[in-house]
Amino acid sequence: MSENLKIIEIEVLRYHPESDREPHLEVYKVPFTDDMSVLQGAQYIKDNFDGSLTFRWSCRMAICGSCGMMINGIPKLSCETFLRDYHPNRIRIEALAHFPIEKDLVVDLSGFIEKLESIQPYIIPKEPRSLEQGEYLQSPQQFNDYIQFTSCINCTLCYAACPQFGLNPDFIGPAAIALLHRYNMDSRDGAAEERMELVASEEGVFNCSAVGYCSVVCPKHVDPANAVNINKTNAAKDYFLRFLSPKGGSK
Amino acid sequence: MSKRRPYVRSMDGWWKKNPYFIEYMIHESTALFVAAYAFILLVGLVRLGQGEAAWSGWLDALKSPLSLTCHVVFLVAILYHTYTWFKIMPITMPPIIVGGKRVGPEVITGSGLLAALVASLVLLGLVWRLAL
Repeated sequence: MSENLKIIEIEVLRYHPESDREPHLEVYKVPFTDDMSVLQGAQYIKDNFDGSLTFRWSCRMAICGSCGMMINGIPKLSCETFLRDYHPNRIRIEALAHFPIEKDLVVDLSGFIEKLESIQPYIIPKEPRSLEQGEYLQSPQQFNDYIQFTSCINCTLCYAACPQFGLNPDFIGPAAIALLHRYNMDSRDGAAEERMELVASEEGVFNCSAVGYCSVVCPKHVDPANAVNINKTNAAKDYFLRFLSPKGGSK
Repeated sequence: MSKRRPYVRSMDGWWKKNPYFIEYMIHESTALFVAAYAFILLVGLVRLGQGEAAWSGWLDALKSPLSLTCHVVFLVAILYHTYTWFKIMPITMPPIIVGGKRVGPEVITGSGLLAALVASLVLLGLVWRLAL
């Protein structure tokens, strides 16, 4: 058993808001087996070297979206990234880029939560139906139009991959816009026009300069860059078409 | 009193931190070469409007070693710009459905590059015939 144990150096960006002026790196020598993830490496450090090391995790199977961190500078879910792929080199883990660091590997996500709320992430029916009228029906084709954008697990790796969000934290950003697009594309929803005000706003889609890295790092293949860029076209159409057919009171 | 003190990291030099961002910056900066070449053509148009002497002067300037070197550099930059332009095209487009299936990104990129190649060859053919 013990001869199978290899040692990897894990460098962790530590930050304690009560005692540190700024984050600093600390190195730990972690014994590991081939089936150990980076998350398990962090857990080993917490259990054996420093119980104050702080990080988020829950499902350890790439479903909950809690354990995202920068691993050698790349945003990844630490539960599905394996230590064996980095050995014998040193591995560096840091809090997700572009977010304020709360403590160690935990970032402040309150801005992201506010953005999620702002896009009205629920179906606002085109027309209310009574119980007697029955359920809202949807064809497989209509379902296909949005299903891809429902796969988001809010891990915010795409925000850590988006330099425009880093430069302007007010940008609604990839995941929230992908979710907005998911509801706009749903045949049962009728609020695309309501959401347009946000899409076309200062915080909206035109912050995006099509870097495209958000879609590369997305662990669920949501392709948020696609949602953002389709909505640039939608916003431009909305702007120009209202000269042809004015919409009265709408902004 | 709250002990919170969220630390905001600097964005200085952000584009040097990831090879993907470096590639992005190269891609974006090659657009300047596209603009420069458009400007050269525009100058040609203005010189044409100024009469035969001006036009001949512009043509002679194009034949200088400096101009030829510049054109080789422009060609390389514009080829790279074309390639990366079509590489990101799939993420900028609404889904295209053919025969009930979504067209893959490699098909969109490939079609774009092919269209650029055909357009360039047609243009080259036309100019070649004019020059003969």
